[in-house]
Amino acid sequence: MTRRRHERALVRPHVVTGGRAHPTRNIFDLVTLMIVAYDDDLSDLSPEKHRVMELCGGGALSVAEIAGHLKLPVSVTKVLLSDLVDSGHITTRAGVPGVDAPDHRVLQEVLNGLRARL
Amino acid sequence: MDSVLVSDDIYVRDTVRTAVKILVVGHFAVGKTTFVGTLSEIRPLHTEERMTQAGALVDDLAGVPDKVTTTVAMDFGRMTLSEDLVLYLFGAPGQRRFTQLWHDLALGALGALVLADTRRLEQSFDVMTMLEEKDLRYAVAINRFDGAPTFPDAELREALDLLPETPLVHCDAREPASSTRALIALVRHLLAGDDQERA
Ligand SMILES: Nc1nc2c(ncn2[C@@H]2O[C@H](COP(=O)(O)OP(=O)(O)O)[C@@H](O)[C@H]2O)c(=O)[nH]1
Ligand SMILES: [Mg+2]
Repeated sequence: MTRRRHERALVRPHVVTGGRAHPTRNIFDLVTLMIVAYDDDLSDLSPEKHRVMELCGGGALSVAEIAGHLKLPVSVTKVLLSDLVDSGHITTRAGVPGVDAPDHRVLQEVLNGLRARL
Repeated sequence: MDSVLVSDDIYVRDTVRTAVKILVVGHFAVGKTTFVGTLSEIRPLHTEERMTQAGALVDDLAGVPDKVTTTVAMDFGRMTLSEDLVLYLFGAPGQRRFTQLWHDLALGALGALVLADTRRLEQSFDVMTMLEEKDLRYAVAINRFDGAPTFPDAELREALDLLPETPLVHCDAREPASSTRALIALVRHLLAGDDQERA
């Protein structure tokens, strides 16, 4: 048997807290759902933003999915999305942190949905 | 399987208004990618984040020399659980130096499923400590690997130093029903904790 977890407390390395000062843009959660709000004029958009608009034109996707499909880091995707939200091209549908805090009803719905799969 | 709900393309159904996430965490080769792939209705997606050695995310592709960065990968999948609701599963390594990624993952997460392997339980300790620091509730799923030793649950609980109420389940990440049951154990635990907080 392996040794107990808390024996390790004596030698547990100190918490690394580096990187806190970095200005992160936590406007979106990884699962915030994004949809196109306006796509009539895309002429001023960079090639990367064009790609975001093209992808999102098909329907709703989470921030993480947009990053995955475009093969971009989430951090970079968030920057592109926040610009596109500012310019009115993209908007959020759901999942904004704080607005959709998980409550009892959501947990129950998750449980029901999982049980329905068995 | 409730195939009616499953999207036949990459997009989230029009009726969905709520998106939630659960983390699937554990050390290298414990079965995270397998678990996410087994349950996801979409082909699992993958992202790589560049981070500075100090653990900060790099959100500008230019300006930071490759030498001082490292990459961390996560994969994720999606389950449409009702007309209104999608659940995302994020498989991620629990490495302390990836502070910012860990923060992003934990933010708003319902909870976490810790995958563990009886051949190297001690490699799960770090991620469990990190979840506790983030106040994220979790369940532990022992993935059954061929040739891995088996122990009575009481011994596993003691080795992992689990609270009495923390669920401990056994699972095969290659099996949809088994993996679903592991998530159900976690969500039931989250609901129980919720009831306690409201009482
Ligand atoms: N026997 C068994 N093998 C598994 C299980 N889950 C994953 N594996 C295998 O273990 C290996 C590593 O799994 P992977 O999902 O890549 O681990 P990750 O590094 O945590 O993402 C793969 O060859 C899987 O097929 C399980 O529950 N039982
Ligand atoms: Mg993996």
